[in-house]
Amino acid sequence: MRQINLVDITKLVKEAVIKINYNLDQSLVSLIQKAKTNETRDLSKSILSDILENQEIAKEGNIPLCQDTGVVVVLLEVGNNVTYEGDIYEAINEGVRQGYLEGYLRKSMVTHPFNRVNTLDNTPAIIHTKIIQGDKIKMKIAAKGGGSENMSKVTMLTPTEGIEGVKQLVLDTIFNAGGKPCPPLIVGIGIGGNLEKSAQLAKEAIFRDLDDCSDDKTIKKLEEDLYNEINALGVGPMGVGGNTTCLAVKINYYPMHIASLPVAINIQCHSARHTEVEL
Amino acid sequence: MIRLNTPITDKDIRNLKVGEKVLITGTIYTARDQAHTRLIKEENLEFEIAGSVIYYVGPTPKREGYAIGASGPTSSYRMDKLAVPLMEKGLKIMIGKGDRSEEFRHEMIKNNAVYLITTGGAGALMSSKIKKSTLVMYEDLGAEAVYKLEVEDFPCFVAYDIYGNNIFKDSNHEK
Repeated sequence: MRQINLVDITKLVKEAVIKINYNLDQSLVSLIQKAKTNETRDLSKSILSDILENQEIAKEGNIPLCQDTGVVVVLLEVGNNVTYEGDIYEAINEGVRQGYLEGYLRKSMVTHPFNRVNTLDNTPAIIHTKIIQGDKIKMKIAAKGGGSENMSKVTMLTPTEGIEGVKQLVLDTIFNAGGKPCPPLIVGIGIGGNLEKSAQLAKEAIFRDLDDCSDDKTIKKLEEDLYNEINALGVGPMGVGGNTTCLAVKINYYPMHIASLPVAINIQCHSARHTEVEL
Repeated sequence: MIRLNTPITDKDIRNLKVGEKVLITGTIYTARDQAHTRLIKEENLEFEIAGSVIYYVGPTPKREGYAIGASGPTSSYRMDKLAVPLMEKGLKIMIGKGDRSEEFRHEMIKNNAVYLITTGGAGALMSSKIKKSTLVMYEDLGAEAVYKLEVEDFPCFVAYDIYGNNIFKDSNHEK
């Protein structure tokens, strides 16, 4: 068994939340640059220029990319040959606490649905845990904004609605969201499982590399078709119209009940802030 | 491109047409959901609402030597109903992001006000246009408190004008 010190987990989380809130991933920056050359209208181009200029100012001027520095989502994978003393969830939350306080990040978490009292340190993180083979701990860490999350949804389709039903649902959702979730978007879709599994699949999908595609032929085609059809909606950067409504579509799937076709759509804004760390 | 100085006059409002770039210089105030629920109940505001500009933003904490932290817009639709009493008291410009309700647009036109948008997620860029920030009301709301901001060439686009035009509907995504 490999012994891990939870202090190292705290340190990794702290460094990760600070890094992602100040630095946009270069693969994402390249996609936005490409999108800008694809736009014909001045207004749409101008918004994409703002986004590109913004990430330069954030990086060089030491100001977070976005004022919504998000809720921290952690996809935690714990190897079955790892041992540690203490509470790993508390170690992660301590990393969030230190990162958000020392990194000048906004504290956006409130304790209760109705009293709306702020927790003052952006905890708790939302943590999904998996036990894996091996002696490593892996964490995918995101700072997920509220505006795009508010436009996300889970729908229980019926099996015979099939691929066309899924497409229509996704297109309607993105169209109706308009500029609110800060397009151009990364659209994470979870199909299958049940209510909560589909939502988790959709969340995992937005963590995928921008240039990867599904290894299932049908799903891969659906990713490509939806990418083209979403961009044909013309919602455009920040909803003002244009050719760029999404930068990527990622679909994850899972087996499901014979009676069900759950579909979750998790919308990610253009400021897609996430990273992966390993211990 | 139009340059505006605060406070905003009725003539300024008449000159604004959908899609136009606007650079604002002067004083603007921040307010989001929770501040709005309180502002609409106040008998006397601690700032002049007539001719004023409200920016929907909840900035990140500021570093030593900085005027403010990241300061991009939040979604405006959450303030649709709450904005009406403030427009009735003379609020002239609201700045945020995203489409809003038909009811809001109707009230906005009735009150001779306009709705501008800035680029969502461009918190660092917007921050560079803000020269000073001062707490005005509701310190307990933290990032959601009302701040007075001194801005220079703060970049926006006209989203709704008083002539009934809507940047989100006039774009090429009509169904």
